[in-house]
Amino acid sequence: MTKQTVSAHDITQAKALHPLAFRAPLKVRLRRIGLWVGFVGLFCWCLYDFGFSTQRIWEGLGRLGRVLSFMFPPHIWTEWREFSEILKGLSETLSMAFLGTLIAAVIALPLSLLGAKNINRLPFLRFGVRRGFDFIRAFETLILALIFIRAFGLGPLAGVLAIAVSDIGGFAKLYAEAIENTSKKPVEGVVASGGSRTQSIRFAVMPQVMPVLLSITLYNLESNVRSGTILGIVGAGGIGFLLADRIGAYRWDEAWSIIFLIIAMVYLIDWLSGLIRARFIGTWEGTR
Amino acid sequence: MTAAILAFERDFAEQRRRERLTFAIVTLVLVVLFLMTAEASNFFKITQVTLADGSRAERWVLGAGLPRLGEYLAKTIPDLNWATLGGDIAVWFARWRIWAELLLETVLIAFMATVLGVVGGFVLSFPAARNLAPNRWALWLSRRYLEIARTVPELVFALIFVFCFGVGPMAGVLAIGLHTAGALGKLYSEANENIDMRPLDGVKAAGGSWFDQIRYGVVPQVLPNILSYTLLRFEINVRASSIIGYVGAGGLGQEFRTAMSYQEYTDLSALFVIILVTVTVIDRASERLRHRVIGLEGRA
Repeated sequence: MTKQTVSAHDITQAKALHPLAFRAPLKVRLRRIGLWVGFVGLFCWCLYDFGFSTQRIWEGLGRLGRVLSFMFPPHIWTEWREFSEILKGLSETLSMAFLGTLIAAVIALPLSLLGAKNINRLPFLRFGVRRGFDFIRAFETLILALIFIRAFGLGPLAGVLAIAVSDIGGFAKLYAEAIENTSKKPVEGVVASGGSRTQSIRFAVMPQVMPVLLSITLYNLESNVRSGTILGIVGAGGIGFLLADRIGAYRWDEAWSIIFLIIAMVYLIDWLSGLIRARFIGTWEGTR
Repeated sequence: MTAAILAFERDFAEQRRRERLTFAIVTLVLVVLFLMTAEASNFFKITQVTLADGSRAERWVLGAGLPRLGEYLAKTIPDLNWATLGGDIAVWFARWRIWAELLLETVLIAFMATVLGVVGGFVLSFPAARNLAPNRWALWLSRRYLEIARTVPELVFALIFVFCFGVGPMAGVLAIGLHTAGALGKLYSEANENIDMRPLDGVKAAGGSWFDQIRYGVVPQVLPNILSYTLLRFEINVRASSIIGYVGAGGLGQEFRTAMSYQEYTDLSALFVIILVTVTVIDRASERLRHRVIGLEGRA
């Protein structure tokens, strides 16, 4: 039995025999190099154009370090009056996210039926409705908030409406896709036992999509709690207003405490929605 | 036989009762929460409005605001006539030179922020994946860091960075980049957790270190996923960078603020059209690129 190992000679021989197995063809290599050069060039030009200089970064990092140093020790509000203001801001953000999501979900549900292929059989109307969803989704929540502030004044109501309007499009699209993904067999069963179209939607489609709709809605609620923070920065109510105010006044210790409270609130909501998910989506799959 | 039917009827009635109870409780909770949050966000507030004849009347705040919203939106619609369409559009987009420059800046901010976010997220996604973490401390630390980075919105980071690095696109790049690293790091680490572990064993058996295992065992498996997530994130970052200028961090957002405060109503609609077109074009292009990346993977 001879000892078989690959020697350096074998490797060079194999490379000479099958060059394409070891290196890409010249054309591919040139394209790759070109792409990388273009990418790095664009990046460097951006660095230059945006004024990233060592001195500026160094100074900025120094200031950032000072700002970060206010994190320790964390600011603790001793006066109830000040702390209750913060708590009110947090609860306002939560209220805005909840109410906005609820309104969006209630409005989006009937719209999504119009956008679903297996329920709305008129292609012309369906495409119109779907483009409408896309159009609504194009509006940024923050810009909607700015517009609603002009109409409804500063305060949480503008934020609620901004969240609701910007979510209607997304909800309707996702709901419609969920409805399209349902099985046709329960529908046939309901129709075969003499059910009307409304009944087939109520007793065959809805039980199938309910867990998916709940899951989508909860996910958006979580993301609205996160993004609801920024609505306050433009004056649409919630904790963001207090945060922007503290940062504007350079009271960094309070600003950091508010950021920590926001993170804690987001964790709490994620945990709660995880509980709801486990409770309802779990049981509904089992009993229906 | 009848006993079985009776048992079925009883179980069915029990099941219905339980479902009705759940339904009632959920509805009650939702209604209570609705009333509480509506109270907190002034949903049912009554305000005073001035009627056409000058008298004051009390109205529901939503009903009172809707006409004002209509008026506001009507003001933003530019004066376009078919006969003088070219000239009207020129008036509408009178500031196009500044806007074109800022639009380029917006896209470049999104580009740089995506690059920084990809680098940060990619590096941290390996210690943050349960199956790849070198030890528990690295797992815990990298996960918490990514969570905090994606929980705090870009605009808050932007406020902080504008103070530290001065007004300008640099602050925007860093703010969006930090947030992107958090969001992408989570997605990448989830992709890492779903890989086939056998290639890693192969590299380990051939004497590879932890880095060799990552480089030759993991990266080839997750690369298509990573590319697809990255392109998706670029689309999101273009949207984010178009508003981040509102707090002075570069891009088109600062024009929004100017137009709002100078009450240049038609500028607002022009800016909205610009952003809508840009976002749509970038969405379409990156969707095609994404499908190509996924298609390439399917063929290989």
